[in-house]
Amino acid sequence: MNFNFTEDQIMLREAFATFIKEEIAPKAAEWDEKNETAVDLMPMMGEMGILGVFVPETYGGVGLGHTERVMALEEIARYSAGLAMMVFTHQLGMAAILDYGTEEQKLKYLPDMCAGTSICGLAVTEPGGGSDVAGQKTTAELVDGKWVINGRKCFITNSHCADHPILTCKTGEDEKGRATFSAIMIDKGTEGFMPGREENKLGLRGSMTGELIANNACVPEENLIGEVGKGTPIAMKEIGEVGRASMAAIATGIIRGCLEDSVKFANERIVYGKPISKLQAIQFHIADIRVAYESAKLMLYKAAAVKDEGKPVATDFSMAKYYATEKACECARKTIEIMGGYGVVNEYAAGRYMRDALACISSGGTSEIQKIIIAGDTIRNFK
Amino acid sequence: MNILVCVKPVPNPEKYADIKIDPSTKRLIREGVPSIINPADRNALEEALLLREQHGGKVTVLSMAPETAADRMTECLAMGADEAFILSDKTFAGADTFGTSKTLAKAASLIGDFDLILFGNESADGATAHVPVQVAEWLGLPHLSRISSIEAENEAFIVSRKGDSGKQRFRIKMPCVLAVNSDINKPRFVNAMGLIKAKKKPLNVWNCADLGLDPQEVGIGGSPTKAGALLAPDMNRSGESLGTDAETIAERIARFIGKTGA
Repeated sequence: MNFNFTEDQIMLREAFATFIKEEIAPKAAEWDEKNETAVDLMPMMGEMGILGVFVPETYGGVGLGHTERVMALEEIARYSAGLAMMVFTHQLGMAAILDYGTEEQKLKYLPDMCAGTSICGLAVTEPGGGSDVAGQKTTAELVDGKWVINGRKCFITNSHCADHPILTCKTGEDEKGRATFSAIMIDKGTEGFMPGREENKLGLRGSMTGELIANNACVPEENLIGEVGKGTPIAMKEIGEVGRASMAAIATGIIRGCLEDSVKFANERIVYGKPISKLQAIQFHIADIRVAYESAKLMLYKAAAVKDEGKPVATDFSMAKYYATEKACECARKTIEIMGGYGVVNEYAAGRYMRDALACISSGGTSEIQKIIIAGDTIRNFK
Repeated sequence: MNILVCVKPVPNPEKYADIKIDPSTKRLIREGVPSIINPADRNALEEALLLREQHGGKVTVLSMAPETAADRMTECLAMGADEAFILSDKTFAGADTFGTSKTLAKAASLIGDFDLILFGNESADGATAHVPVQVAEWLGLPHLSRISSIEAENEAFIVSRKGDSGKQRFRIKMPCVLAVNSDINKPRFVNAMGLIKAKKKPLNVWNCADLGLDPQEVGIGGSPTKAGALLAPDMNRSGESLGTDAETIAERIARFIGKTGA
């Protein structure tokens, strides 16, 4: 067992961090305040190798793994959890194409997506719920070699900027009469397909979230990703192993922001002639944040390493996501407390960390959903 | 066009608070302090890469540094340099600019076949700006410093630098040595593919014997500079009340200024 990153991974993290500190960190607060999505940064992130870091070189990627992917997300989320949200949702759709797409689809779509010149996404949630996958109402019917899609997706990240979102749609029933779903890509600009309402969110505001509406939208039959009727397992696998991994990474980045900002503030803030970092009450908070950060990192990167070995890892990512997002909320609150009055002033990032952390909980399944997954796995395997 | 770029690993400015000076040798204790490529040297490398993109050729990076600086050289290769050389030997330690420039010049002459040697104008730690000029003198090459633009033209470079009263333009024949300012360009970021490619590029380590230099000529032995006393500035401050009468305050301020010789 080796808990160390390789030299190459350390250099890669440094390279990403240099870019992020220069191009992302200075703008993060403004994106949050103005609810702006930095779509124009995508080609630069593509050039950096961030977007396609886990995609083989054949398809325009870097050919590394999910460890490096979540490492990049942690670095981005350290400064802008919202932008990290946009990046991961893009990668979520890319992962579906990579894992289930045909060779032709991979060669057609992935190079531009790795380069950041086209944006992807995965749309499952509907007004009736996100985790109730079987309750989706969006339908796709194959008519004369085209999928005719009708329905409405909501709370979809990259809703208004994705060029090639992948939607899960009801396409039939199994032998027991249960609905079966398929994953179908719809190109932006398809007649009858458009983004709807854009949400004004509490947190993760560097990403856009909104509705996707399909009204007799026709797409070619070959836009099907994977097999007919396999949309649910595709979505579940990608959300479970890429989506929750990403949310864990984003929350870990938020915790690191809390840690670094708390220590900086505590060392600089002089009260009664000495820095408040000398006070035990402050030290206890800092110790709690540090433990949360180290624990979140261990869970995240252990799970990512297992995924890179090609082993099943959904429960590990559920645990990492549950832990990191809950702890991010706690750590953001402690950071605000350490900063006293400054903690609630928007010139400081602590309030943004709090809002971002809260918004992380519902994305990719709430903490309760994670606990159901974790408990199910535990009851099966710890008999 | 073949270009040699000299780079120096310097302590990361974010960690300056951790830097200590050895009171006996009066040198920086670099161990344990993370290094970065000297910022102006990144500009020099970027300019070399831009010139290669326009005119073809090869970009080679050269540094006198401990072998632990290999990561920084990998970074240069990841930016796009074709080959790197580290000059690393215990006998090189403690060199002043004279000793450093002599060592770099010898390596440059062995690497040979270059049209241009580029430097950052000065290092972020020493900030002497001596080394580029001294290397040029050792090699008998024409040189210019504080350069803000470079264009290649018929076996020469048209370069410019900003002065207090305007811009100066020069024509300097190849081969030559140029030291660039940080306003010349914005260095590219190191990206993931660059790092992967860097691992396949040659990274050579040369010691004193490889250069054929006498150990007495290099490092501290070959450096005429001897550091004198090391004094830490007194950062303590104390206030003094000057009263409330304007004339008295003015008189006391004038007396204070006179006393300090300001």
